[in-house]
Amino acid sequence: MPDAPGLELIRGEIEAEHPGAVLDTGFSQERAVLSIDPAHVLAVLSLLRDAPGQGYRFLSSLHAADYLPAEPRFAVHYELLNRDRVERIRVKALLDDPAANGNEKALPEIDSCVEMFPTAEFQEREVFDFFGIVFNGHPDLRRILMPEDYVGWPQRRDFPVGGEPVTFTYNEKNYG
Amino acid sequence: MAEQLVSHRGELVEDRTSEVMTVNIGPHHPATHGVLRLVVDLEGEVVRDLKPVIGYVHTGIEKSCEDKSYWKVIPFVERMDYVSYFFQMEAFCGAVERLIELEIPERAKHLRVIFLELNRIHSHLVWLGTTALDLGAISMLWYCFRERDRILDLFEMATGQRMHTRYFQVGGVIEDIPRGFEQKLRSFIADMPVRVEQYQALLDRNEVFLSRTKNTGIVSRERLLELGVTGPLLRAAGEPWDLRKAFDYLAYPKFDFKIPVGTIGDNYDRYRVRVAEMVESVRIIEQALDGLPEGPFIADDRKYVLPPRSELSTSMESLIHHFKLVTEGYRVGPGEIYYAIESPRGELGCFVLADGSAKPARVHFRDPSFINLQAFKDMSTGSYIADMICSLGMLDPILGGVDR
Repeated sequence: MPDAPGLELIRGEIEAEHPGAVLDTGFSQERAVLSIDPAHVLAVLSLLRDAPGQGYRFLSSLHAADYLPAEPRFAVHYELLNRDRVERIRVKALLDDPAANGNEKALPEIDSCVEMFPTAEFQEREVFDFFGIVFNGHPDLRRILMPEDYVGWPQRRDFPVGGEPVTFTYNEKNYG
Repeated sequence: MAEQLVSHRGELVEDRTSEVMTVNIGPHHPATHGVLRLVVDLEGEVVRDLKPVIGYVHTGIEKSCEDKSYWKVIPFVERMDYVSYFFQMEAFCGAVERLIELEIPERAKHLRVIFLELNRIHSHLVWLGTTALDLGAISMLWYCFRERDRILDLFEMATGQRMHTRYFQVGGVIEDIPRGFEQKLRSFIADMPVRVEQYQALLDRNEVFLSRTKNTGIVSRERLLELGVTGPLLRAAGEPWDLRKAFDYLAYPKFDFKIPVGTIGDNYDRYRVRVAEMVESVRIIEQALDGLPEGPFIADDRKYVLPPRSELSTSMESLIHHFKLVTEGYRVGPGEIYYAIESPRGELGCFVLADGSAKPARVHFRDPSFINLQAFKDMSTGSYIADMICSLGMLDPILGGVDR
């Protein structure tokens, strides 16, 4: 994990090339966190991956979280790892919910990092499947764990647990 | 398109070798180790393209966890990867402990290491037995499951359950190991290296096994790293990456053990690495048992840990704590954490988002099987379909973990 000055140096390096990309830095449970503007996600990731002195070449995990009722509502988390220095850093791309502005069907969008990190392919599909976050440029963005014809984004906080009707009701009918 | 040929007798002869045929394998097929469907493009017997289709056993565990208080999540997450349940528990409990900054006692760390490593041997035994079965070595299954049963007996003795034990708690483990456990465990770890040698004697010079595993399913180390593959698959390709060594968690830094690595990363190396890991796990258990410190097996923080049973009839305060912990559960202050450990299949990460209430706002598992499955296409493309089955066994996906 980079320490506090190290994190500020990373921020400075990103800001020099992409002003406005980093929204915030911080430490959450001993993990350095870079909150970024989703428009610059590829630029930030490629800088962390390829810039000399950074070398966060391994994407451990890509997942999303719904911070309802906070604004911005969604965040896509990139858990990056530098295996030489054994350092982890979390990049958090904060995404607004476009549906909040009246357009019910609009989905949040972010650029896909599959070209940079091929490991993200399944994970981005999973995030799309559960949160309805669209990854632009993903080669095959379909649902992965839920059925293909499923409607709704089940891991969102406003999707109720038990909101899914039971398909097989044999026992209920006969013994319920 | 294939040309249609006419034989000298005037019958229509199809050219069955140059045509690409799409074949569906699974979802219910013994060689897929679970409910996995493979859509395979075959040219004759050679795999040209492959798409894994998953989600058949998706049960929405991550979503259900959002509706459970923290201590009720533990038995839930165990059922994701149903072969390495102790690891799921450790990933979740460890994540929550780090969120609430609760230090666990040394004895609990040792006990956790013992059970994790037993579970690693158990998981590798299930893998070895079933994969050898896929390759036609049926007797391996019985030998492996014989030793697996001894591990399950040990689990039953200490925890009351053979599988899905719910033994790890936030703060430590639920109870101390019983009398006689140590003796039984010592007899097991004395036998296990001999058994591993026997497995190797059965397989290492088996002509069929060697010709089916050697030089099949090779993926380069660089490609594996790009695909995010971790665990024995990555180590078989020559990359000595093991979170037990790289990161400081539990009591692992205290123990002396090696990281087995392969050379070219074919299926044979994958087999060798896993078998060698079993022996290393035995060494870790031995050291953890020898150095097992006296003291409490669970932290003494009444805000998070249940008070001992005996206090309930004498102390009003304990009774209140017990009542609060069981009914509402404990609250975890807002925060988020990603905690990763080395499971038998690679990096098992647990992401927990806490919003200040008694239930987690999000629990996500970075399941190694799910990520490693992406490498399956690279392992199989261009190989024979029989080698594909071998590669799938050596990949060792647990579909409960893939689908969650």
